[in-house]
Amino acid sequence: MLFPLSKMKVGQTAEIRWLADHKSITKRLFDLGFEPGTRVGCILKKHGDEISAFWVKGAVIALRREDADLVLVEEEGKAKGETDQ
Amino acid sequence: MSPIKPFTIALAGNPNVGKSTIFNALTRMHQKTGNWAGKTVACAYGTFHYRDSSCLVVDLPGTYSLFPHSEEEEIARNYIASGQADLLLLICDATCPERGLRLLKQIRELSEDRYQPVIICINLCDEAEKKGIELNFDLLSETLRIPVIPCMARSRQGVKLLKEKIYEAQEEIRAAACGKAARESCTKACDLLPGSMSIPDFSPSELASRTVSYHNPTFLKRQIQIDRVVTGPFTGGAIMLLLLMAVFWLTITGANYPSALLWNCLFSLEGKIASVLQGLGTSAWLIQALVFGIYRVVAWIVSVMLPPMAIFFPLFTILEDLGYLPRAAFNMDCAFKKCCACGKQCLTMAMGFGCNAAGVVGCRIIDSPRERLIAILTNSMVPCNGRFPTLILLITLFFMGFQDSSGGILSSLTTALVLTAFILLGIAATLGTSLLLSKTVLKGVPSSFTLELPPYRRPQFGKVLVRSVFDRTLFVLLRAVAVAAPAGLLIWILGNCFIGDKSLLLHLSSFLDPLGALLGMDGMILVGFILGFPANEIVIPIILMGYLQTGHLVEMSDPSVLMTLFASHGWTLKTAVCMAVFCLFHWPCSTTCLTIKKETGSLRWALAAFLLPTFLGCFLCFLIQSFF
Repeated sequence: MLFPLSKMKVGQTAEIRWLADHKSITKRLFDLGFEPGTRVGCILKKHGDEISAFWVKGAVIALRREDADLVLVEEEGKAKGETDQ
Repeated sequence: MSPIKPFTIALAGNPNVGKSTIFNALTRMHQKTGNWAGKTVACAYGTFHYRDSSCLVVDLPGTYSLFPHSEEEEIARNYIASGQADLLLLICDATCPERGLRLLKQIRELSEDRYQPVIICINLCDEAEKKGIELNFDLLSETLRIPVIPCMARSRQGVKLLKEKIYEAQEEIRAAACGKAARESCTKACDLLPGSMSIPDFSPSELASRTVSYHNPTFLKRQIQIDRVVTGPFTGGAIMLLLLMAVFWLTITGANYPSALLWNCLFSLEGKIASVLQGLGTSAWLIQALVFGIYRVVAWIVSVMLPPMAIFFPLFTILEDLGYLPRAAFNMDCAFKKCCACGKQCLTMAMGFGCNAAGVVGCRIIDSPRERLIAILTNSMVPCNGRFPTLILLITLFFMGFQDSSGGILSSLTTALVLTAFILLGIAATLGTSLLLSKTVLKGVPSSFTLELPPYRRPQFGKVLVRSVFDRTLFVLLRAVAVAAPAGLLIWILGNCFIGDKSLLLHLSSFLDPLGALLGMDGMILVGFILGFPANEIVIPIILMGYLQTGHLVEMSDPSVLMTLFASHGWTLKTAVCMAVFCLFHWPCSTTCLTIKKETGSLRWALAAFLLPTFLGCFLCFLIQSFF
């Protein structure tokens, strides 16, 4: 099931499926490594969903909810996500 | 190759991969480095010599992509696109090389129609090794057909090899250029670009997956654990406050003793200078002007400002090197978002603690022009280093009772606490004004932004100490002295020119008295702030001089004398509070105003930045005056 990046829980990992086309930020997200097929993990959340930090391609990037909403992900096997990077 | 234009190397790469560190390693210069994205916002230039050649090195601001989002990225993009660089040195982070490769692909596309040699330097190899990330440099170099050099710029490892490779590339480029010129002279259209220099098409993610292997899949674990605490719902705020207080406390307690020492040294010199000048037969009024005018103001500033700065700047730089600032921005983002401002404003605000002018330039990292303007206009609402001494002095004198100022951990802790409270007031005002601006003149919704949380890095303590003292402290101090010397002369003239029975300074202050009274202060304090426009450091000295009507600054032998002096001029706790508030919120210093005009390109916004905090300060002081 596809869901936006902003809905990910801390510790959850998922695979990016699709980026909504919105302004220039999509391009920027793409350049940061948020591209379809990439695995991301949510590591921090603050004030509910307002801002979250994700690891992607070895770096940690924080996004506001509005921007994280543009990235759609699909959850993968949980057991795999715990150990994998 | 024309002899006028030197061989130019541009350092390009993602933010926070160590471009400035490599720049420093190559040129032996001391460009400021720090562990957060967006520290370098303008190009820096330097030269280095290797064997028989010399190169011009340009340190570009970091960029994630050649499709620029913000001003400083545009600077980088335009430079790369202009083809001014004979050689591009692309710096990649060994811990996430794919992003660097992505940038390389864009560079390749951008310069497809011309000849743009590139060398890749993979920096932070030590960090990657610790994290169990292994890169296949040979495969990388083979696939891309360009040199790939591993490097650890912090410990200067690999820099020699880098210089060697640059030299080789330079020779090759020269040869190609000569060859081309020769061919052209034979009117033969040809392309003599060395094949090894043109990069074949590649897919960044595919190449990264082929060349990078992760041996330790949980390398982020420790960073994540620390981050959980540092950004936690309760711990995050508490840690921020504690760090702020700790920095202030260390600054205040640490500065006391050296301040007194400097004071005694400089003022014992004063008499000697005067007598030497007298011995040389200098006329009395000139001695007065030089020694009691210029020298005293300068000595005051040096002894009051140097020690706190020499402690504050290194402490702050350590936090910066550690990578704490982006976490603070992460913590505070929600507040800034509610005010429709950018989360990165927290970073520029933090820079404002050092110097508001530097903070204003730092606002280039903010993408949206609207949010950037907000950050520029509100930057002077956090006190810069020039205003800290005034605040600290007021707090020690009036909030603690001067009797306690002899020392004691408790009293210095209270001072730090009160100072932190004032800083929080400044931050609250920054947020409030940002909200006000985005609801009125600068309407808009918060725009998108991305904030990278870099890995924690151990600060290089020795280097931090040396560099922050020499580059920042001395720089700020010299600026203050350069401003203070003429100001000292002006004050001396104002204090010694008499119209009727009163000096000009007194005329000025009695003219401003009614306004001062309305704001809970007096005319002399306002005169101090007005004459302190070039540098906020000299506000207190001017006030003292006015009160003593000696026509020149007096020595401050001990705080109790100062306290008696202030009390005899009707100062109460309320006066001190009003002055501290006004010190926080009044016009930015002249340098900051000029910088704002340059950065916004409009006199109107500079004026707005001048009036905004002034109105706020007047309003708050008026409130305090009328209600207490």
